[in-house]
Amino acid sequence: MKKTKLFAAIGGLGLAMLAVFLIAADHIDAPDVAGTTTDIADFYAFEGDDPNKTVFIATLQGPLIPGAVTDNAQFDEDVMVEFNIDNTGDFVEDLVIQAIKRGDSMYFFGPVGPTQTGLSSVVETSVARNSVKISTSADVQTSSNNGMTFFAGPRRDAFYFDFNRFNEVISGAVAPEGFLPPGQAEDFFEELNVLAVIVEVPNSMLGTAPPHVGAAVGINGLPPAYNVWVTTKRKQ
Amino acid sequence: MKTYKLRILFIAICTSLLFVQCADDDDNGNIIMQVTCDDGVQNGDEEGVDCGGTACAPCDTTLDFSGTYTQEDIMGRPGVNTVFSGSDNVKNNFNTSIVSDRASFQPTFEATLELYHDVYAQSLGIDPADLDYETNILGLDAPTFTTVLAQFDALQVAPNGPTTYFDGTNALTGRNLGDDVIDISLTLMFGGTSGTRFDGNNGTPQLTSDGVDAGDRDFSLGFPYLETPNE
Repeated sequence: MKKTKLFAAIGGLGLAMLAVFLIAADHIDAPDVAGTTTDIADFYAFEGDDPNKTVFIATLQGPLIPGAVTDNAQFDEDVMVEFNIDNTGDFVEDLVIQAIKRGDSMYFFGPVGPTQTGLSSVVETSVARNSVKISTSADVQTSSNNGMTFFAGPRRDAFYFDFNRFNEVISGAVAPEGFLPPGQAEDFFEELNVLAVIVEVPNSMLGTAPPHVGAAVGINGLPPAYNVWVTTKRKQ
Repeated sequence: MKTYKLRILFIAICTSLLFVQCADDDDNGNIIMQVTCDDGVQNGDEEGVDCGGTACAPCDTTLDFSGTYTQEDIMGRPGVNTVFSGSDNVKNNFNTSIVSDRASFQPTFEATLELYHDVYAQSLGIDPADLDYETNILGLDAPTFTTVLAQFDALQVAPNGPTTYFDGTNALTGRNLGDDVIDISLTLMFGGTSGTRFDGNNGTPQLTSDGVDAGDRDFSLGFPYLETPNE
């Protein structure tokens, strides 16, 4: 009975479809966005080399094959990349850092409280903007201002995963073994690239971190933590 | 590791971190005052990147940032939409939803989690009713685990402590470039309470590690942290 409900709950999804369930971290994750300039590949947030700063990395348009495909990949002037920071614990963005291309450069706005939260945004041009010339593989450009550091351009994909074996595992094709042992498993992403937008920000610009959400589900003792996510938004 | 031990470690680490908070006093004076018209940066009194102001050639265009921008993709933790949404329609809906309004995704996520177990049970000739998700090493049962995934889908990044997605002791303080998020996710999905439920030992399938690591990637680089593109 339980199983019948479960199958019904996902709309009669066939086993064959399980083979294409998981592509990667977020690379080409859904039909409406796959292959477009808004497709987010991955998202990282970590303590910088300076422990008083946090690094935000969004990777886009992955996976990119090395060579011409990588060299020709372009950021889209109609697409805003937005890092969202919740510093009150309600999972609504209190601050945003926006990145958008104009000409040969990526322009950054924030951290700033957004004019409006949610699905629609405007570029927060009332605050000082920063910029960095968009890098190529051969010409790496970074810029720093007011304690923040910026980068935009192609980079090697940091994500690693035996994606092909996963599809076989999840379809039952390689039962009962499952995944391969180290040495036999193959990293699908090892030789692939992405477009990256990177900003390092002093924590003093992000407000005070709220209590960790883990406490809400009984995981206690975790340090205060911002809730952060990345969105891509297209000009209407 | 038993959950209660994990929690004790968390508490100990959290307590220790209370005493190592740092004053952010080193960011003053970093403002670039020197104007150079070919550095790819808008600085000094430049009106755009390397143009305008007193030192550089006039900007020949006014940048237009007007308009409304509407969400097409969103990501918090790795793999959530791709692994748990199940159908194309749900995946598209997830990408155009906001983090604070995701309660409706939880039942689908839980059903998908159980379906993964059913698929493997069937392939092994086991009655799917006998092979369900088991409470994971974080102590989260299926409804709670999928609630965390659906309704709290953000990276939690701690400003006053080291980052790790999960290292066996610390957890959920951000995501490093090198964190093995696939093995962590597989362990949380298939590892059960011990973390070793289906780890390839004792006749079990290997479902808690995909067997690959970061290989020759270098995560020790300074800004911009990611490596030069593959050629």
